This record gives sequence, C-alpha cells and structure tokens, in this order.
Amino acid sequence: MNSPSPLSIMIVDDEAPARARLRALLSGIADELPNTVVAEAANGKLALDALDEHAVDVLFVDIRMPKMGGIELARHLLQSEKPPAVIFVTAYDTHAVEAFELNAIDYLVKPVRAQRLLTALQKIRKPAEAPPSEGTAQALAALQEGARAYLSCHERGRMLLIPINEILYLKADLKYVTARTGQREYLLDESLTHLEQEFADRFIRLHRSALVAREAIAGFEKNTNDETDTQWYALLRDVPEKLPVSRRQWPLVKSYAKHLTS
Amino acid sequence: MTDAKQKTESVSLPDFGNFGVMLRILLGANLFAFGMALARSAASGGEFWGADPVSQYLDLSIRVQPLLILNILVLALVSGPISRWPLRAAQAAIVCFAAASSALLESFFIVMESDAGPSHLFSNMLLAGIVAGLLLYYFELRARAFSPAVSEARLQALTARIRPHFLFNSLNAVLSLIRTEPERAEMALEALAELFRVMMRDHRELLPLFDEVDLCRQYLELEKLRLGERLTVVWEIPETLPDVKVPQLMMQPLLENAIYYGIEPLSDGGVVRIRLNLKDDEIRIELSNPYAGANQSSKTHMIAQEGNHMAIANIRERLALHYDLEARLETEESPGPDGVGEYRVRIVLPCRS
Repeated sequence: MNSPSPLSIMIVDDEAPARARLRALLSGIADELPNTVVAEAANGKLALDALDEHAVDVLFVDIRMPKMGGIELARHLLQSEKPPAVIFVTAYDTHAVEAFELNAIDYLVKPVRAQRLLTALQKIRKPAEAPPSEGTAQALAALQEGARAYLSCHERGRMLLIPINEILYLKADLKYVTARTGQREYLLDESLTHLEQEFADRFIRLHRSALVAREAIAGFEKNTNDETDTQWYALLRDVPEKLPVSRRQWPLVKSYAKHLTS
Repeated sequence: MTDAKQKTESVSLPDFGNFGVMLRILLGANLFAFGMALARSAASGGEFWGADPVSQYLDLSIRVQPLLILNILVLALVSGPISRWPLRAAQAAIVCFAAASSALLESFFIVMESDAGPSHLFSNMLLAGIVAGLLLYYFELRARAFSPAVSEARLQALTARIRPHFLFNSLNAVLSLIRTEPERAEMALEALAELFRVMMRDHRELLPLFDEVDLCRQYLELEKLRLGERLTVVWEIPETLPDVKVPQLMMQPLLENAIYYGIEPLSDGGVVRIRLNLKDDEIRIELSNPYAGANQSSKTHMIAQEGNHMAIANIRERLALHYDLEARLETEESPGPDGVGEYRVRIVLPCRS
C-alpha cells in the first residue's frame, strides 16, 4: 500500500502495558501500513482533551476505563463534524462484542494479533468506508452501562464537555436543548425525553420543557400577580433564573421538596 | 444408578462437634417436645392441672433435656470415628443409641420415683428413635442442599464473568513485557500458571492458610503488573502465619472484587489492605478497598453491587458448608471524601489445623 501520509493514531487504555503492546504492534506493521502514534490517553476524558491538540485518524479504545469509558468516548466522538475512526479493543466482553458484530462496529480482542490489527487498519484506509450510521449511535447508547458522565456540545468546530454534575437545569427551546451550569449555557443536540430517562436519578421534570437537577433546587416561590391562576416557580442555587413548575408536575415536585426539607 | 450412588457417597454425617449442629439438635428436639406438649394439652382438654402446654412442656423437659445433653455429648465424642462408617450404618447406630439411652434414663427415673409405669419405657424409646431419625434426615437434606457440587457449579457460573477479563488482560500485559523485560514476563507467566493450577483443583478440601496467602500474593503481583502505580497493596499479617487450614480460594475472589470494583474504576487507583490476625482461637481476616460508589450513577453502582454481592454470597455459602455457624462474613461500606468511600469485608473463622 502506497499511502500519501501515514495514519495518525491515538491509543486510549487505562493500562500502560496494554498501550505499550499496541504501540509495539503498530510499529511492527508500519512497513506494510505507515502509521504514527501521535497520542496516548488513560481514559476517555483525557482522550477528548488530547484531540484538541492532535489531528487523529484512528483511535484504539479500551471499553472499561475510569472517569469516561470507551463507549461514552465513542458517543461523544460521533457527534463531532468529522468523527475519526474508532476501533474498540476489549479483553473480554461478550455482550459488547455481539453488539459490535451486529452493527459492523470495528473491534479487536486483547491480546491483539498483528495480522488482525493490520486488517482492521486496512479496512479503515478504504475510502469507500461508509460513515458511522445512526444505527451505530443507537448501538453504542444501548451498550452504555449506566448514564454518561458528560454531555458534549460543539462550538466553532470544537467539542466542549459538560460534566453532568455541574448542570443545574436542562431546557428545551424549539429545536435545541440548552444545558445551564453555574457559568453559562450550552446548546445540545439531544432530546429532553432521552435525557430525562438517562439521568432519571439526577434530574426532576418541572414542566413539559424543563428538567432541573434535584440538588440545584433552593426553594419555591408562588407568583401572586395573577389572581385567578397560581403559578409556582422553582428557585435555583447559583443562578438568578426562576423556572415555572407546571400544574401537572407540582404534586411530584412538592413531594420531592418535602423530602428535601425533612 | 451410578449418579444416585455417587450422591449418597458425597453426603456425610454432620460434624457433631460443631456448635451449630449441636444447637440445631437442641432446637429441633425441643420443638418436637413442645409440639407434643401442645398435642397432649389439646387431648386432655384442660381437665387437670398439667393441661396447659407450657407446664406440659416443662413436665416433658425433665425427661427430654438430660437425654438430649447425654446424646449430644456422646455424639460429639464419637463424631470422628463414626464419620468414617458407612452413612446408613452410622445413622442406624445413632437412632438405636438415642432409643437405648432414652430407655436407660427412663429406667433410672423409674428407680428414682416409683410412680412411672413401665408402659412409658417403650413409648419413650420409640419417640427418641423417631426424633433422632428426623433430625438425621434433616441433616442429610441440608448436606445435600449445600453439597460441594452445587456450590462449585455456582462458583463457576459466578466467576465466569470476571475471570476471563483478568486472564486476557494479564496475558496482554505479559505480552507487552516479553521484548522489553523478558525476566518479568517469565515470572508473570509462572504466577499465572500457578493461579490456574489452583483454580482447577478440587475445591472441597481445606488448605493451609499459608498457601492461600501465597496465592493471593501471586494474584496481586499480576494485577500490579497491569495496573502499575494505581494499585498499592498493604499486608498487615503476622510474620509467621499460624498453622491452620482454611477453605481454598476464600480470599482471592474477594481481592479480585476489590480490584475490579474498587481500584479499576478509579483513575488514581488506591490501596487494597489485607489484615490478618489470630485472636482467641479465631482467625480474623479483613480486606478493604476504596470504592467510588457515591459519585457514580445509580445504575452503574447497582451493576457493580450485584456482581460483588454474588461473590460474597458464594463465599458465605462455602463458609457455612465448612464451618456451619462458627464462621462469619460481614461487609461494610463507609463514605469518604470526593465520593470515594471504603469497602470492607471481614471473615472470622475458627482455627483448624
């Protein structure tokens, strides 16, 4: 294969020996398939940070990692404009491997063999390779154990990560969902319904288009301007906004508030 | 046919020297006596003084308790030799002994107080025999339910999920060392071979504590290879280990859990601490590890807890099989800063050499 430029590669694994082994294998096949390892990371969060500084064609990603695992990393990457190729590397995970097979997601099993590695990279080199489909995103979402640790947002070609535990509330406006932290707002490409399901233990629904973090609720206020209709508002920690509570959700929110004060 | 035969052979008499077994005999027989007291008071319809079940029971107790104590003591004394007899013969002998000792005690009572007629003698013998038979039947059923075959199958099912992860990751780590550090790679493969030899062994017997500790060291050495600085192991054990025997693979699966659920999810790792000490003829083993339960979503936490609970339940069951009530396994969780708490497992075992 005569490729114009070598593939730039990032290795993401929390075990240093596993990274060293993959690096050794990659340099072993460099004659047949030119490649350079431009970065290594010990977890998904560090990998996304490193992506700001390095242009990467392919990521080798371990599934089970602290802070941010491989599945969540791949989901964030899928939302970027030109997602790099991701090849999962797993020691033993029949559940994930089944899903990868089913959805044509690239993966290798540990210990990785040089020949398999070469085949996997050659497959990626082929220009006809279809971009990741919606099916891939869904398959990855199904593989995620528990909820994500971060939400991602894209601003001027850059990916920003918002830690879930910093989000005070999520609000749906027409097409977008905004996430509010103590500092600012972020535009997300997510659906409020999905977010509500994924983070059910963290957020509570105030009305049709707003979820608020349970621990961000500071209190409630009754609006007495209108005499015919009483409207309750939730007061939040750290930010001045007041969020209306719908009539339908009020009993639930109120019972939560009671639970809070007791 | 052969299957059924093997089953009978694998079931043995309970260890009559064990406190738990004694307690069960005592409770079982007294329950039976109380049942009889109830039946008697119902039959007599409250016509005379001894009619209410409690006084009936006390009346019976005068006969029952000495008989029980005598039988428990004798069984405890002969428990060693009798366990080597064929099961059925031993059971028959115990039933006969219970009946005979009851007759002996009854005749003693007859001599002491001449009012009891000889008619009691035969019925008491029969009752003692029946109670002994029922209790033996209960112990046999219990032994079958806790048979090693069952718990081993459970162990297999349970560990199948964790062990491959460890095996392949370890092999991967060894492969990474072969070119750069061949000697370390060699040692790691030796440790791995030793670990698998133990895991493929017959797990029913007790082994020296020294061997179990050695196995744990080898296992942790392999994990250290993989996890590097993230794993710190602190041993707090006596310089010379007591010469006692413990169930095989009792500590190692707990350490495996400590690493899989405790250390691996933490990017900075932590300390796995192993404390072992001897106190009043008991071995106390305490394992502790950091635990990032609080800052994770409840679902991830739940999955981890489920996996861990299975291993704990499994070891608890094996301890019950070996020691009945004389061994304990306790777990506790204490919260800590930054959502990283501490998880502890404590095992208390009687000393057996």
